[in-house]
Amino acid sequence: MTARSPSHPADGATRSRIRLPLLWSDAARCRWAVASRALAAIVGGYVLSALCSTALAMWLPLARAEAVITGTLASFAIYAGAVMWVFAARSAGRAWAGIAVPAAVLGAALWLVVRGAAQGAAS
Amino acid sequence: MKEGFRQSMAWLHTWSGLLVGWVLFMVFATGTSAYFRDEISHWMKPELHTAHAASQATPAQAAGQAVRFLEREATGSTRWNIGLPSDREPDVRVTWTRPQPPGTPRQRPLAVQLDPATGERLAAPRATRGGDFFYRMHFDLHYMPALWARWIVGFCAMFMLVAIVSGIVTHRRIFSDFFTFRPRKGQRSWLDAHNATAVLALPYHLMITYTGLVTLMFMYMPWGAQTVYQGDQKTFFAEAFPNAAGSAPQKAAGRPAALVPLGPLVEQAQARWQGAAASRVVVTFPRDANAAVTVYRDAQSSLSSNQASVVFNGTTGQLLETRGEAVPAASETRGVFVGLHMGHFAGPVLRWLFFLSGLAGCVMVATGLLMWAVKERQKYAKALAKGGRIGFGLRLVDGLNLGAIAGLPLAMASFFWANRLIPVTTADRPAAEIAAFFTVWGAATVAGIAWPARRMWQVQLALGGLLFAAVPVLNPLTGGAGLITAGAAGHWSLVGFDATCLLLGAALLASAWWLGRRKPAARAGTAPRSAQAARPAQPAAPAPHPHPAGEPGLSPARHTLAAAAAEGSSP
Repeated sequence: MTARSPSHPADGATRSRIRLPLLWSDAARCRWAVASRALAAIVGGYVLSALCSTALAMWLPLARAEAVITGTLASFAIYAGAVMWVFAARSAGRAWAGIAVPAAVLGAALWLVVRGAAQGAAS
Repeated sequence: MKEGFRQSMAWLHTWSGLLVGWVLFMVFATGTSAYFRDEISHWMKPELHTAHAASQATPAQAAGQAVRFLEREATGSTRWNIGLPSDREPDVRVTWTRPQPPGTPRQRPLAVQLDPATGERLAAPRATRGGDFFYRMHFDLHYMPALWARWIVGFCAMFMLVAIVSGIVTHRRIFSDFFTFRPRKGQRSWLDAHNATAVLALPYHLMITYTGLVTLMFMYMPWGAQTVYQGDQKTFFAEAFPNAAGSAPQKAAGRPAALVPLGPLVEQAQARWQGAAASRVVVTFPRDANAAVTVYRDAQSSLSSNQASVVFNGTTGQLLETRGEAVPAASETRGVFVGLHMGHFAGPVLRWLFFLSGLAGCVMVATGLLMWAVKERQKYAKALAKGGRIGFGLRLVDGLNLGAIAGLPLAMASFFWANRLIPVTTADRPAAEIAAFFTVWGAATVAGIAWPARRMWQVQLALGGLLFAAVPVLNPLTGGAGLITAGAAGHWSLVGFDATCLLLGAALLASAWWLGRRKPAARAGTAPRSAQAARPAQPAAPAPHPHPAGEPGLSPARHTLAAAAAEGSSP
């Protein structure tokens, strides 16, 4: 690990170590960015990995129990990858987009398929 | 990001590791001990230490003896469970359900340990949770619902996974750093120790973290099964784990019938598995016409946790079904992941390797936590030099580090002492042992937060070291078979327990001694300082410092910046 300020991650924000309680001081901006990314990583990452594991479970060409197990096994690797993406992205906005866009696409596709199956069963 | 990929991963590594590091340290420590869960339980029941010195029996013979006992003592039971003797567990453990009227709350099955050769009850051991306490705490914590605990531990395990992967990414010179150790260089030494323990057992750390998540994955990530099976978890589990469901009769016939002798069935099953030992026999509806006998294969003979088994008709001995011999790929992958985590397959050498890797994991987490504190302290060097204070965050981390890293070993040693010192007749004795553990741990943590000073590290490490190192003395004095007796009788698990405690104690004492020694050396090299050295020796009791708000006796004007950084309350 390199020695650096841990109060970082910083969308280009300054690494000022002044601790002002003000909402929009540089330090506070930096903290908001960290909080936003943490939320994207923990909640967004979980949602994305849950959707990926569901998609694998639905669409892998295996026996259905096998597909479910495979998707679930892979989910934690996807989660870890999503978290790393969030903190590696250049800005908090990009970090959020990288989670939200694939999640939205997968979510929509799964919703259509599940709803279609339910309607097919009903009619 | 302006600062580059590696820097942002370093940041992620630091914070994902720090925020849950104290829980991870506990999870690593208790999990590591769980590799020797049976051995710890055995040690904690000194009444059994000499009971079966001479008794040896094959699994088939032991099963026959157990049936004789159960037919006599467990009449009316609908389910017998016979744990067959193995290298690690030389006794036969039988449990059986008691007959009870329908609608009443389920009672716990009765459990008894038998001599494998005679089938007679062994001396009743003291009531204790034994090694199961640490095993359970590893993922169920304590004093809280297991469900919450598992989510908390899973959350922390996910942080651990992120910390490991980002740590690898951060590490440009992962190979050469492994061979780098710069002792007595403050932060550098901590970094090197952290790298060495992390890289040395890296495959283990990665494996144990991921497989740990996999053990509870259907709880953490149920969404695939929920969607595909439309909320019908039962069907999913029946399809995914056909072993568990089984085709043995689910109801008693109500007509009595003699039970077929179990010995030949055990031998037949073992022959099917090319001689792999049977570890467990379950009899459902014994002495009924619908009796069934299931023989389970020993976990040591397979990497996977999907245990193979053979089901027999309990009155005719006819083979009904074999399970777990052709498990589909994904299911077997999960089984191997879970099996790797539990380590049931590991023989003695591999088990010790796992244990050492687990210890390396503890050291990795501990050095990581300490490194953060050492680095953070450098930022306060100037402030400290002017008589200022360190920030709240650092103070908290210092205190928690103390409570976790020094306090937990102390509490674990106290648990073993409590096992021997709490009278055998005490009501709810297992809970008393556990209360002793948490009392000591809580006191150590409170003391650590109140007074996070070097002296406190020394006191707690030394106390833990003394308690551990004295376990081999305590053991024979309180009814157990000590190193000499057990060694002469060839009870290697008991010898191993005492010897391990002795070594752990020595390591803790050495680190306490090292902490005391380092100071004068550092002093000689820098400007004269008083710091803790000039303070009158503190009493060896973990009493809070009289000035809890101030930093432990720093007279900072005389500190150089470097010294303040190198010499803080973190060792």
